[in-house]
This record gives sequence, structure tokens and C-alpha cells, in this order.
Amino acid sequence: MLDVIVIGAGVSGCAVARELSRYDINVCVLEKCSDVCEGTSKANSAIVHAGFDAAEGSLMAKLNVEGNEMMDQLSKDLDIPFKRNGSMVVCVHKEELDGLKVLYERGVKNGVKGLKLLSKEEALELEPNLSDNVEGALLAPTGGIICPFELNIAMAENANVNGVEFRLNTEVEDIKKDADGIWHVRANNGEYKARYIVNAAGVYADKIHNMVSADKMHIIERRGDYCLLDKEVGSYVSHTIFPQPTKYGKGVLVTPTVHGNLLVGPTAIDIEKKEGNNTTQEGLDAVISKASENVKNLPMRNVITSFAGLRAHLERHEFVIEEVKDAPCFIDVAGIESPGLSASPAIGKMVGDMLKEKMGLKEKAGWISTRKGVKSTEGLSIEEMNALIKENPAYGNIICRCEMVTEGEILDAIHRPLGARTLDGVKRRTRAGMGRCQAGFCSPRTMEILHRELDLPYEKITKSGGKSNIVIERTKGEESEA
Amino acid sequence: MKTYDIVIVGGGPAGLAAAVAAKEAGNDSILILERDHELGGILNQCIHNGFGLHTFKEELTGPEYAYRFIKQVLDLGIEYKLNTMVMDIAADKTVTAMNREDGMFQIPAKAVILAMGCRERPRGALNIPGYRPAGIFSAGTAQRLVNIEGYMPGREVVILGSGDIGLIMARRMTLEGAKVKVVAELMPYSGGLKRNIVQCLDDYKIPLKLSHTVVDIEGKEHVTAVTIAEVGPDRKPIPGTEERYTCDTLLLSCGLIPENELSRSAGVKMSPVTSGPIVNESLETNIPGVFACGNVLHVHDLVDYVSEEAKRAGQNAVKYINSGCKEGSNEEVIEIVATEGARYTVPSTIDLGRMDDLLTVRFRVGDVYKNSFVSVYFDDERVFHNQKRIMAPGEMEQIILRKSQLEEHDGLKKITVKIEKE
Repeated sequence: MLDVIVIGAGVSGCAVARELSRYDINVCVLEKCSDVCEGTSKANSAIVHAGFDAAEGSLMAKLNVEGNEMMDQLSKDLDIPFKRNGSMVVCVHKEELDGLKVLYERGVKNGVKGLKLLSKEEALELEPNLSDNVEGALLAPTGGIICPFELNIAMAENANVNGVEFRLNTEVEDIKKDADGIWHVRANNGEYKARYIVNAAGVYADKIHNMVSADKMHIIERRGDYCLLDKEVGSYVSHTIFPQPTKYGKGVLVTPTVHGNLLVGPTAIDIEKKEGNNTTQEGLDAVISKASENVKNLPMRNVITSFAGLRAHLERHEFVIEEVKDAPCFIDVAGIESPGLSASPAIGKMVGDMLKEKMGLKEKAGWISTRKGVKSTEGLSIEEMNALIKENPAYGNIICRCEMVTEGEILDAIHRPLGARTLDGVKRRTRAGMGRCQAGFCSPRTMEILHRELDLPYEKITKSGGKSNIVIERTKGEESEA
Repeated sequence: MKTYDIVIVGGGPAGLAAAVAAKEAGNDSILILERDHELGGILNQCIHNGFGLHTFKEELTGPEYAYRFIKQVLDLGIEYKLNTMVMDIAADKTVTAMNREDGMFQIPAKAVILAMGCRERPRGALNIPGYRPAGIFSAGTAQRLVNIEGYMPGREVVILGSGDIGLIMARRMTLEGAKVKVVAELMPYSGGLKRNIVQCLDDYKIPLKLSHTVVDIEGKEHVTAVTIAEVGPDRKPIPGTEERYTCDTLLLSCGLIPENELSRSAGVKMSPVTSGPIVNESLETNIPGVFACGNVLHVHDLVDYVSEEAKRAGQNAVKYINSGCKEGSNEEVIEIVATEGARYTVPSTIDLGRMDDLLTVRFRVGDVYKNSFVSVYFDDERVFHNQKRIMAPGEMEQIILRKSQLEEHDGLKKITVKIEKE
């Protein structure tokens, strides 16, 4: 029997898992997808918000600011690319300038440091590509950019190294409590028993919650479409440029990514469909027109891909992190929409502290607080590269020509804890396939490596698990290796 | 690391022909750098025939055509490195490359020939809405999976774009037992060769829908259906014209992009029309001693023209070295301007002093022209006026300039190429 089951291996679930891995207990994470970071956590703005936007006194505001402050140390400990590039909220209508002041004051009350109101001239000096209509801006130097995949994966790997078990491809179907107060979780691949459950199921958090509580929860899937632009235009802006927020959220932003691309989005469209992360023409058109209000002449011909993510929105627009009243020992981590990524380290800590107290947990000896990421060859000198290649010749073999990812990095991604098993898994761990040709060149080569290293027949190699196989069978006249 | 006079980036049809020509022109210090595990480039996966009609007067498959040149490279003892990725080309022509055996190394070259070819435009760059499941391939990636790896991507196929690789793959997938349901093309004309439309679509009764595009992709994990719709003159979908096709595969053949990241970082100036380097009569870029040929320069329709062009690049690189790496004069430069239907020309300038007796100028038209004239003006005087029954964007056009003719025209500054109705 387990002590704690965490449902969902997104950024919240993995943050919780990592915190729980400090203690001498058995923890298991159940994830319905074939990898960690497959839901909301993989498709978002990749921003570490400063924290001026969330309502004063809300849990959202508290955890955002706390999470933001934790990010420097965490990114060092877990070897995650993170940069405080600063956020800027831009006002393009004179009559809305007061809105910036409201945000400024709210930010100060939320404990956001270094906020500054900028004049038109000051704003344009920092960001020359802002719209000519800019009237003023709010600068938040603590705003940052991060790789959401690496944040999520790093916390999962670190939890795993510290003893947390991960069951992937495991979908929870029902949850019951027996007479002894033990949770029985029925999944597609068997039953799991535990004393405590943490529900970090993202857009499915309502479904999981409603299995145990009479007080029904309803998550609204709020879709956001994005366009990702080539690194060639990655420095078009240097800060994260927000419009003024509306009741639908923080609006369409333009931001550099921590890996040097330019990201534009998201829209906010309520769709009420848990797997509805398809982009639409209207959505993509809206991304471009909205972003163009704040940033001029956006180089949209440099788009390399577009995608959509789903926010797990609750009507009350607040994080729900609490023990369910009519289901003791069942903790909801629900409604984790923006700024969920920024808050995730603080969410993990909050849940960890809750369970520590409730369960009387003791920290175990030998907990490993750090993790090394996939060794990147980016920026290495010729001497450093040659030392690496001498040690392991696979680092001399480029597989992804756009992002210059070597075979050495892909092997590392496959053979580490919770290693990559799919093309997307390799992509999120190494960036192979993330560049301007979008895997046209490297996917057959990456497939060859997955085939060789994991002894996977080609027909069973998938993009992202399930039925997402890349090829279906041998061509006529060829014997299958399977 | 050994030094070389000429470093050729890419061992495909352009790089091979350039190497052979440079060697035959008398240079013995040539190195080809190829990132794949064999020479031949994209031809290795083009197992259909139809290559070499101009060059060898016979129909060869892609690998056979490539081998004609590979054999010469081997016979001539030209050096090459496989599995080697060029990481950087510096403006001083130092080439940085990497492979498993040699590690990362630098070669200071006297001349560099850019022969990197091109890549396909991916789905992302097309802004096609819908899900992002497995089963969406650029046509060339699918061609590699089928022809080299020996695996089928799917059984029911929709193709967007009528570029040549898409057309060839329509036939290949059909021959492999798949059902190709439709080829949709955004433009009112095909981007491919007429003969490929006849031999790859018409012969197999595969419908080609011009002025159509994909407006939705269904399937969360794997493609299950694709919806196409007709587009208006603004290329925007017309509501009400949607047609849904169930399928498991969507192939994209929506344009090729010359692969010039290395050239750009070296400081080579690019043409916004071709996305390839701007070159002079010697196929030399703005950096003296850096030459370009093949699809990295401009996307070709036939490999024969790639070989012919690459041969000139190879010869000119040797001439450049033999001249003591002398730069061309900037004085007597004649500009070639493409206008009124002609989209671009390669080359785009001529230094009369360095021009050969005959110079082939290649270009493409921007629309379908029937019974129109290719006209060439020397300054304001029309010197060439040739009627063509049909010209289409999918096929390259050419004119041949004679040096003596240019010399006769005193003070010639500008040559204009245009398409005229009469």
C-alpha cells in the first residue's frame, strides 16, 4: 500500500511529488499520458509572472509571488533554463492609463518588488518595437521566462530519483474509500491503494474530485492559441509584453522564450472540451491581430508552428488547494491556471507542508536536492566539444540540424530517470524537432535511435504515446522486424 | 586538420558536380562535407525515374543519377567526409564542422561552395488550424520513410500542395497500396512540373483540386480526417465549400526553402524572392570566394540544371583561386532586373570582364502565362523577344546571353527580363 497517490504528472503534480520525496513515505504518481508534462503544463506562455495581476489577498497572488521568488534557487538546483527578462504591461489607450496604476498598486500590495510605471518614452526606449500608440507601461523586473517542459520534467526526475514511483499510461477510472479509510483507485491497468490522494489532474481535476465528493466541481477548459516564431526574430522584444488584463485573463502577450524564440499568444476561448486543444483559424487570426495592438510589424512570416493549450479554469478564478470537506485525506490541487506555472514550486511546498503536518512526516536522510539536465552542447567552445566527443563520440553527431542537437543529448534524454520514450519526449528533453523545420529532418533519425536504444519496433514508435504511431507497417515486400 | 583550397558544403547533386568540375579544372585540394551517411543528397530517396534526360540523354532514377557523379568523385580521388555537419562558415571562409571521429574541426578555405540544398516548409509555417496529431508529414520526410527506411506512414492519404515531391509521393503511396484521396493546391495552378501531374495524378485518377486548402485537421492522437475548402482570390477559405476526407495521413508539399542559415551567419546577402544568395555571373556571393549552386541558390525544377549550374560554380571557384583570389571589379557591373512576370534572375549581376562567352540566366515566372513573350532589354532597347506557348511558376525558364552581344552594347548598365503579352 502507498502513502500518497498523486494524480497527474503535470507541473503541479510533479512539484507536489518532489516535495513529498523529502519524506520517508511511499509516493506514486499516476499519469494517463505516456510522459510527464503532456497536458496544460506543455502548452502555455512559459512565463514566470511577477504577481501583480492576481487579486489582492488571493491564494493565487500569494503562491505566484512565492513561486516567483523560489524560481532562482530551484532553477539552479534542477538545472532549468530561467531568465528574469522583466515583464511590461503596455497601455495603448490614453483613457486606460489609470488601469496601469491599479495594477501597480495591486502589485505592491501583493508583494511584487521593483514595479515601475513608465512613460511612453521610457517604454519605447526599453522596447523600440512597441506600437506607436503606446501611452505608458508598467515594468515588472521580476517577471521571467522559463522552459515549462524542463521545469516539469526536472521536478519529476528529481522526485523519481528520490524514490517517487511514476506510473505512466495510467488513467484513473474510479476512486472509492473502504471501511478502514483506505483509498482504492481503480485505473485502466489495475488498482492502487493509498492513505492520501492529491488530485492534480489539470482539466480533469473536476472529474477526479467528483469521484469522491458530493460538492461538485466544474472546470471550464479555456483554450489559448499561440504562434511560435523562428529564433531569427527571437529578440524582436526583450521583455514579456502584456496588454492590460481583462476578465478573460492577461491577454495576448509577445515574449522571447528562454531558448530564444519569439512566442505570441494566447487567446482565451471557453470550449468545455477536455481534449479540445486544436487551434482554429479564428483563434490564430485573433492572436495576430491582438498582439499587433501592442507590438508593431510583428514578423508573422517567421511563424514555425502554432499550438493551443487549455487552462483549467474555475468560475471563481482561484487556486483550490485544500482537503476536500466531505472526503478527508483527499487534497485538491485544482483550478491551476495562469499563474500556475509560476506558482508551481510554491504549490508543491504548500501541499508538502499540509501533508507533513497531517501525516506527521519525517524528512529522510540522503534526500537529493539537485538534478543535472540533459547536457546541452550549445555555446561550448571547440575544445570543450572535443573533450566531450572524445569521451562520447555521439556528441559529434548532429541529429537535429535546426537546434543543433547531438545524438549524445538524445541518448542522455532516453537513458535518464523517466527517460524519453516518444518523439515528443525526446523533443521536450533536448529540443530535437523544435526548430524551424519542425522535425522534418530529424524525426526519421530520432526514430532510428529510439528503435535501437529501446528495442522498439518502428511501428511502435509514437509521437506522444497511445495511437500516435508514426508508421503503420513495412512497405510491401519487406519483412517486419517485429 | 589538413587544409583545403575548396570546401564544398553538401554532397548532394550540386556539391558533387561542383567538386568534379573543380577537380577537372585543375584543383587537387577539394573537400566535400556531407551530413548524411552517404553521398548523393536527396536523390537517394528519389527512386522514381525521369532524371538525367538533359545531361545523359536517358531516364535514370535518382540514385542512378547521383551515382554517375559519385563515381566521378571516387575515380578522381576527391576527398569527402560523411556524417559531418558544418556548424559554421565564417566570413573569412573558415569552415567549422563536426563528426564523431574528428570531433569539431576548422578548415581555413580559399573558396567555399555552398551546396546545402533546401528544406520543406513545415505545417507550422502554413498556419493550418486543427489538432497536432501524428500522421502529418512533409512529403519529403514521408518519402524518406517509405523509400529509405521501408515503412508506410499510413493507408489513406490527403496531400496539401502540388509541389513535385507531393506529386511523386501521390504516385509512390498509390503504388505501395495506399489510397490517395485528393491533392489540394492553394494556388490556381500547380507548383509542380506538368509531366508529374500527368504521370503521378492523372494516370492514377487522383483528383487535383486547385484553389483549395486544408481548413481543419481532426484526430487527437493520430490524424482521422482532414477538411479542405475552396479559397477565393484572396486565398481565404470560402465558407460552405468544405469537404471532409477521412484519412490517416496528411502530406504537405507546400514549397521548398533554400537552407541558408550557414550562409546568413557568414554574412552572405540574400534575395528576398528566392531566399537564396544574390550572386554574380560567376555564381559568387557578396563574399569574394564564396560561391553557391543548386537548391541553396534557388529551387530548381530539374536536377540536370543543378548539375550544370554547380559545374560552373566549381570552375569559377578554381578560376578565383588561380587568379590569386582576386575580387571582381565593381566598375563594369551590369545589373539584371526581373520584372513584369519574371520573379527573379540568377545571376543578378554581370562583371563583363569575368563573363564567359555564353551565360545562362535562369528565372521563374510568377503566374501562368499562355502565348506570351520572354523579352530581354539592354537598357531601353529590346534585344530578345521569344514567344512561348506556356510558362508556369512550377518550371524554370532560361535565356542565354552572349558576351560579344553585351560588349557591342556600349555602356550597358541594365538588362531587364520581363514577360510581355505581345
